[in-house]
Amino acid sequence: MRPDGACALVTGGGRGIGAAAATALAADGWAVAVVSRSGGNGADLHLAADITDPEAIGEAFATVEKRLGPVLCLVNNAGITADNLALSLADDEWDRVLDTNLTAAFRLTRRALRGMLRARYGRIVNVASVVGPRANAGQANYAASKAGLIGLTKTVAAEVARKGVTVNAVAPGFIETDMTATVPDAVKRAVPARRAGTPDEVAACVRFLASADAGYVTGTTLYVDGGLAA
Amino acid sequence: MSADTTTIESVVFTALEEFGAEKDAINRGASFEQLDVDSLDLAELSQIVEEEFGVNIKSSDVESLKTVGDVLDLIAARA
Repeated sequence: MRPDGACALVTGGGRGIGAAAATALAADGWAVAVVSRSGGNGADLHLAADITDPEAIGEAFATVEKRLGPVLCLVNNAGITADNLALSLADDEWDRVLDTNLTAAFRLTRRALRGMLRARYGRIVNVASVVGPRANAGQANYAASKAGLIGLTKTVAAEVARKGVTVNAVAPGFIETDMTATVPDAVKRAVPARRAGTPDEVAACVRFLASADAGYVTGTTLYVDGGLAA
Repeated sequence: MSADTTTIESVVFTALEEFGAEKDAINRGASFEQLDVDSLDLAELSQIVEEEFGVNIKSSDVESLKTVGDVLDLIAARA
């Protein structure tokens, strides 16, 4: 049973999958706080913050806890790309992507676990990707960050499972958002479902993993990819 | 933040019980191993101790804490 008076925090919740996830969680009765660099949506609380800044994470949590209550659901959705072949990938392109997609997710997780362990209830959902477990030329940094996120998911899940905290990943395939706007149509034809997915379809999976019903699901990765990685 | 022995014991013993330790087995001389209290539990205990007594227990401290008495003494020394 989800404790009363708790809230969910979604990073990168201003648009795309994050915004859809925030809406889906709200529909499930969660109070929702969104942290992003860009504009907000209909969440209960929207904070502008740079999650690659460790201090900003602490401040954001303090604000959210004060205004909405303990954070018992964390959706690590914020992610960026900076594509280049490995041969040409610059240090800062590598660093930026790893910092935002993986390191920030770790720091947010570490901070969120404190409250979740005390409450004996927690739901952490990491938005990974089919890229990582699978190759995608030009995205060595993105792939590394997403494969790393899955590794983080599994180990943290094992550490905290007995305290009522689950940690899972969703692995979206080709989803129609700003991030995939420039991807050619030929890619869609490679998807068995012959179409891109929608942010709402990914959000529905986040909603399930964040629910009380998913209490025995932990350390796993739920692919939302129209069969791409099958 | 001051703290007397009784309060410290009360907070620590209650926490250990919440972690699943047998109430009757909890005493100063009991080792965490005997109580089946592991590093995750001790990390949580550190958090509780910080909130209740303002005492900071670093993860490097945790390594040297083997018995319930070790924790009680550390809190009393730093509170």
